[in-house]
Amino acid sequence: MDILNALVVLANFVLIPAIAYGAQLALGALGVTLIYGILRFSNFAHGDTMAFGAMVTILVTWALQGWGVSLGPLPTALLALPFGILGCMALVLLTDRLVYRFYRAQRVKPVILVIVSMGVMFVYNGVVRFVIGADDQRFADGERFIISVRDFKALTGLEEGLGIRTTQGLTVVTAVITVALLFWFLNRTRTGKSMRAYSDNEDLALLSGINPERVVMITWLLVATLATIAGTLYGLDKTFKPFTYFQLLLPVFASAIVGGLGSPVGAIAGGFVIAFSEVGITYAWKKVAEYLLPEAWEPDSLLQLLGTDYKFAVSFVILVIVLLIRPTGLFKGKSV
Amino acid sequence: MKKFLLATALTGLGAMTAQAASHSEMVKVGIILGFTGPLETLAPAMADSGEMALAEVNEAGGILDGMMAEAVRGDGTCADAAAATAAAERLVTSDGVSAILGAMCSGATGAVLTNVSLPNGILQISPSATSPGLSSIEDNGLFFRMAPSDARQGEVMAEIIMERGIDEVAVTYTNNDYGSGLASSFQQAFEAAGGSVTLSASHEDGKADYSAEVGSLASAGGDALVVIGYVDQGGSGVIQAALDTGAFETFVLPDGMIGTALENNFGSDIDGSFGQNPSVENERGDEFLAMAEAAGFDGTSVYAKEAYDSMALILLSMAAAGSTNGADAAAKVMELANAPGEKIYAGELAKAIELIAAGTDIDYVGASSVELIEPGEASGGYAEMEMKNGKLEAIGYR
Repeated sequence: MDILNALVVLANFVLIPAIAYGAQLALGALGVTLIYGILRFSNFAHGDTMAFGAMVTILVTWALQGWGVSLGPLPTALLALPFGILGCMALVLLTDRLVYRFYRAQRVKPVILVIVSMGVMFVYNGVVRFVIGADDQRFADGERFIISVRDFKALTGLEEGLGIRTTQGLTVVTAVITVALLFWFLNRTRTGKSMRAYSDNEDLALLSGINPERVVMITWLLVATLATIAGTLYGLDKTFKPFTYFQLLLPVFASAIVGGLGSPVGAIAGGFVIAFSEVGITYAWKKVAEYLLPEAWEPDSLLQLLGTDYKFAVSFVILVIVLLIRPTGLFKGKSV
Repeated sequence: MKKFLLATALTGLGAMTAQAASHSEMVKVGIILGFTGPLETLAPAMADSGEMALAEVNEAGGILDGMMAEAVRGDGTCADAAAATAAAERLVTSDGVSAILGAMCSGATGAVLTNVSLPNGILQISPSATSPGLSSIEDNGLFFRMAPSDARQGEVMAEIIMERGIDEVAVTYTNNDYGSGLASSFQQAFEAAGGSVTLSASHEDGKADYSAEVGSLASAGGDALVVIGYVDQGGSGVIQAALDTGAFETFVLPDGMIGTALENNFGSDIDGSFGQNPSVENERGDEFLAMAEAAGFDGTSVYAKEAYDSMALILLSMAAAGSTNGADAAAKVMELANAPGEKIYAGELAKAIELIAAGTDIDYVGASSVELIEPGEASGGYAEMEMKNGKLEAIGYR
């Protein structure tokens, strides 16, 4: 019984939140990694691209809610998601046409593109704040819980409860579907293969007749889709506030680099590594230990490695360790 | 060209003299409240309330032989002391205010006092700053507050919790002057009364997710969670995360958490949670509420009454001192606010001005039953609040 209780506490406070957070990070990191692999620069505007996609989704969600459209137990935002993706696609294609294409034609060094993306980041940042404001926005509706703590306790009779929010379940399911589709696209379709060829060796790809502008466009479309899905899921699960998306940039980049820049599998693994470290290191393990250890060994302290204020520091530390020991990341990406 | 320049300069000069002339017939009072920031839902009612007192004085013919009063608003943001200082500086130097009503939060209030009010020698009354630190701050007698120090609130909160048979709580506080001040005064009082605090942890406002903070609080355990925070900010986020993970069901809510936003956010999900906010039973409190309704704001909003009283005391003390000078007016505040004298309730400012002009002593009671103790702060009456069927209700006074 004690072991079960310990497991439930662990699941409630560590496993479930970390899995949901990891899935959101993985989707974000996939976008970063795709750009790095194909366009060959670190896109600092990615966090704000997520914010923009989520913002369009929220605006459409509000319109749908205003018309009385709903998905029953599921959040209306799912219905609005395709519109958010379209809006985000339009934005990134426009940016590519106006900004990045100019620098691509000049064949500038990647570091210049990084700085350019920072400028784009500030513009996106301003646009989002201008349209929707800098405050918290609530747009989640439908059932809040798949299973609430109270129901779980009544169902199992355990002392500890386990709550799973609808948005957490939704995050994981959507992430799995999105990732599966992405991998199928990259590995099985002609366009996907041409993208990978372009990523491996640009000159060889050009020689074999691959149209670079088409590859770049499709990359942006994929990135917009991933960013909007990640941004909307994060906003649904937590809350939508433009500034938190900007802050999200650090864990997202840490995920992509830990996994290996340019490697899609690595991005996913990296997302979960970062999420589990952030949650695990800042969690106070006292309650779990109380259930598992005999009474005599019960700890007085909280068994917390780092205060919750240092959450962001965790991704930093992991980033530094990975860059020192294994600069190519876990899955042999490109070294930074 | 020369003529043109000369003409422009002359016109400018003329405008300035005209402005100076209009200044002398006006007394301006700066209202610095957190119109944006973590307490933004409370600020409008407070400002309206202060301006209502000001309008009442003007209707009565103003102070000091017909000098009209005018309010100038400034955004103190609550959280950003530098922004509050800048706003106060602007009000004093460019608008020429003679007194400041504000600021809203303790950190901003201390900053405005030290950097602006003190050097310029003007009277400052805060309706809502509660940090114990402000009791001992150097103020040359220029600073008063209508809210009691949190040292008192900590004791009251400890009392209320103990009376409900809860002797083990976890505490989370917003990481600023108000939060840490109240958290430590509460912990002292609670432990002295025989209770124990399992963990006192800070939280940062404005984060997307508080599940990590709630995780460690849940690990520490306790029968209730004391949330010393702001209802428009992290405070609500913490409660949401605690409800989602089932970590706590009962919350103790001090003044920063009492607000209609709490009812909107959680409703009956937190039935049985309780707390307190500064408020004294006032036999004529309904009159203020009716006045507020007529003026178009919610008189029950936290610190709205105190804002009315702050403005009333600022203007009455100037009337009593016979000058708008900060030090002169400040010397009269305690005398007006406390017995002996004829009791003055909200809505009776015209009568108060007459009595002062006639040289009769008054005891200003106002909307919030003002009773000031040294060094110029409210003696500290609290209303005990409880969440019942999704509504916050006052269930008693202490």
